[in-house]
Amino acid sequence: MNSVILMAGSRILVALLLVFSVFMLLRGHNEPGGGFIGGLIGAVGFVIYAIACGTSSAREALRVPPETVAAAGLGVALLGGVWAAVDGDAFFTGQWLFLGATEDSKGLPLSSVLVFDVGVYLVVFGSILSLVFALEEEV
Amino acid sequence: MEAVLAILIGLLVAASVYLMLAKSILRFLFGLILISNAANLLIFAAGRLTPGQPPLIPEGADAPFGTVANALPQALVLTAIVIGFGLFAFALVLAWRAYTELGTLDSDEMRLAEPREGGS
Amino acid sequence: MSWLLAAPLIIPFAAAVAAFLLRNGPWGRRVSVAGSALALAASVALMVTVLQEGVVAAQMGAWPAPFGITLAADLLSAVMVVITAITGLAVAVYATGDITERQERLGFHALFQVLLAGVTGAFVTGDLFNLYVWFEVMLIASFGLLVLGGSKEQIDGGVKYVLLNLVSTILFLSGVGLLYGMTGTLNMADLAVTVPEVENQGLVTVVAMMFMVAFGVKAAVFPLFFWLPASYHTPAFSVSAVFAGLLTKVGVYALIRVFTLIFTGDTGYTHTVLLWVAGFTMAVGVLGAAAQTDFRKILSFHIVSQIGYMILGLALYTPLALAGAVFYLVHHIIVKANLFLVSGVAHRIAGGTELGRIGGLYKTAPLLAVLFLIPAFSLAGFPPLSGFWAKYVLVKASLEAGNWVIAGVALAVGLLTIFSMTKIWGEAFWKPHPEGTDPRLSSLPAADRRALIVPIAALAALTCVIGLFPEPFVAFAERAAGQLLDPEDYILTVLGGRPAVPVQVAEALP
Repeated sequence: MNSVILMAGSRILVALLLVFSVFMLLRGHNEPGGGFIGGLIGAVGFVIYAIACGTSSAREALRVPPETVAAAGLGVALLGGVWAAVDGDAFFTGQWLFLGATEDSKGLPLSSVLVFDVGVYLVVFGSILSLVFALEEEV
Repeated sequence: MEAVLAILIGLLVAASVYLMLAKSILRFLFGLILISNAANLLIFAAGRLTPGQPPLIPEGADAPFGTVANALPQALVLTAIVIGFGLFAFALVLAWRAYTELGTLDSDEMRLAEPREGGS
Repeated sequence: MSWLLAAPLIIPFAAAVAAFLLRNGPWGRRVSVAGSALALAASVALMVTVLQEGVVAAQMGAWPAPFGITLAADLLSAVMVVITAITGLAVAVYATGDITERQERLGFHALFQVLLAGVTGAFVTGDLFNLYVWFEVMLIASFGLLVLGGSKEQIDGGVKYVLLNLVSTILFLSGVGLLYGMTGTLNMADLAVTVPEVENQGLVTVVAMMFMVAFGVKAAVFPLFFWLPASYHTPAFSVSAVFAGLLTKVGVYALIRVFTLIFTGDTGYTHTVLLWVAGFTMAVGVLGAAAQTDFRKILSFHIVSQIGYMILGLALYTPLALAGAVFYLVHHIIVKANLFLVSGVAHRIAGGTELGRIGGLYKTAPLLAVLFLIPAFSLAGFPPLSGFWAKYVLVKASLEAGNWVIAGVALAVGLLTIFSMTKIWGEAFWKPHPEGTDPRLSSLPAADRRALIVPIAALAALTCVIGLFPEPFVAFAERAAGQLLDPEDYILTVLGGRPAVPVQVAEALP
């Protein structure tokens, strides 16, 4: 598509969508959101970019092939599950790390669940983009 | 409510069977999308309907108060939707490839892998 | 315990990730082979534990059954996991000589490992919805493998494979939904306790039939098998070998699992249907094969016919028959995967799989001829190979059950199998090559030759070992059948030894 308005607009939109996708990913632990929806939103950012500027420049902007992102995501998600081995718990048991915890405050809770969610984010992001790019290039 | 939902599921299945009996692969795919939605609704209905009671735990409590909706079927439906989405995306791409490579979407004419006897 | 059950799943996934990231070099295939070897070690460890301690179960994420995701392995699951790993390793080695670099760059090894993970997951899961998820993992990977490279024939076969399998998946999902609506649980052990207590047993039978059709499509039984001969001869040879060995058997496994554990209330009806299905599957498959003239198409139809034997074992539902089904599963996976691997080598050196266009393999490649004869005769049921004992146990079980007709069908189908195998033998091996060329194994590059022949020889040796020393294997199959018919141990282990309490379904407001 060759639209100046879309091309100019897409630059802002892509950045906004990517930031929003990370926000959704992090918010997902206790509220609606999470890796899946975050990955979808992030993918939409690049899809808009691909529609505005073409898939080849979208691939360039992504730097790594989307399939690799998806595979790496699978690896990260697996790590989130295997992490439980460190403490001798069952596969996929949530592990917690409280940064700066004091008597009355939990500090910043980090968990293996978040690692798994990041993995899901990358898998969804990568697989949606590889599908969309493949289709865009076919048609 | 369950009765209405059951009728809706029945209608969806009927429509999708009608679509799937068509020769065109594309219609078959549309039928598949409809029937998978019917299956998702079926799971949802099988978990019983409890309108207006989201399975949320109030601030400070450990368990929800009173009757709340069954969250498990919703989780199952969500999983099924996600998987179904991936599969249909693949199936659509495949149908497109089939159309460009084989030049037809008529399942009767897709005989490349199983040629007719006598090579007609 | 948890890691013992999870390891055969984690290893292939990890191998898939690594193989995909390294797909542009020689390390991708090395990782794939190493991952398969590790998975084999892990599954043997699982097998040893199950043999020593009986059923093992683990709750993922430490959520107790029946609420969490359960992995459980009894003898049947364990042996299926081991045989999956053996086939996986054999095909992974074979693939290093068979798969082109272009297919590797498209991610063959990653998809292959994900497929193995999906198959293994289906064997060890203790939860029906999880079984659905593993089916999907397997299905997505198999879709990718089937159309990898994208020749016109592959696309044509792939369309039929994909669409019919999607329909069966949705039927499966609907069955799961209805079962959940009746019992409020999807844990298989818990279902075994709650399903007999459901008031509306008629509905249970309806759901049972939905599962039978859904798994029947996966297992390629009559009359639901059409996708199989339409697609299995189109992809790369490594891919058809692993499909032929493992994918349909997951359907058979699922049938055996649900019809021995969950739906046992109305065996007079469901297992009679299965018996008819078994008879027709055997007969139609073998007749279909008789009409074909392509190496791989003949073998594809024989998958269908052999599935009938396994369903026969389930349908008779006696200890001996089930033992026969378990034995047949193991024997068949090895033999069938091996035959497809042989067809790949024949294709490479003789230039095709259409029987009219190849020939002369016996004269110039006698090693390949011997390696073909062993699985082929085993498939047909010649003593002293594994197929003979598998068929012997099943025929004996049918005679003991007083079912002369089905025993006759089984024997006649065995005879027709010999006909098909001799057809391949006569055309591809005995008659001279129509173009006068001499197909030789030495025409292959040395590295490829090793990669192609070693797995074939190893699987053939395994067939011979099972055939020559059948006793421990039959005894094992009988123990596995005993566990299937008396699932008390399985149920208690999965539910943590507690007396099973049916979970109350949240009722709608009055």
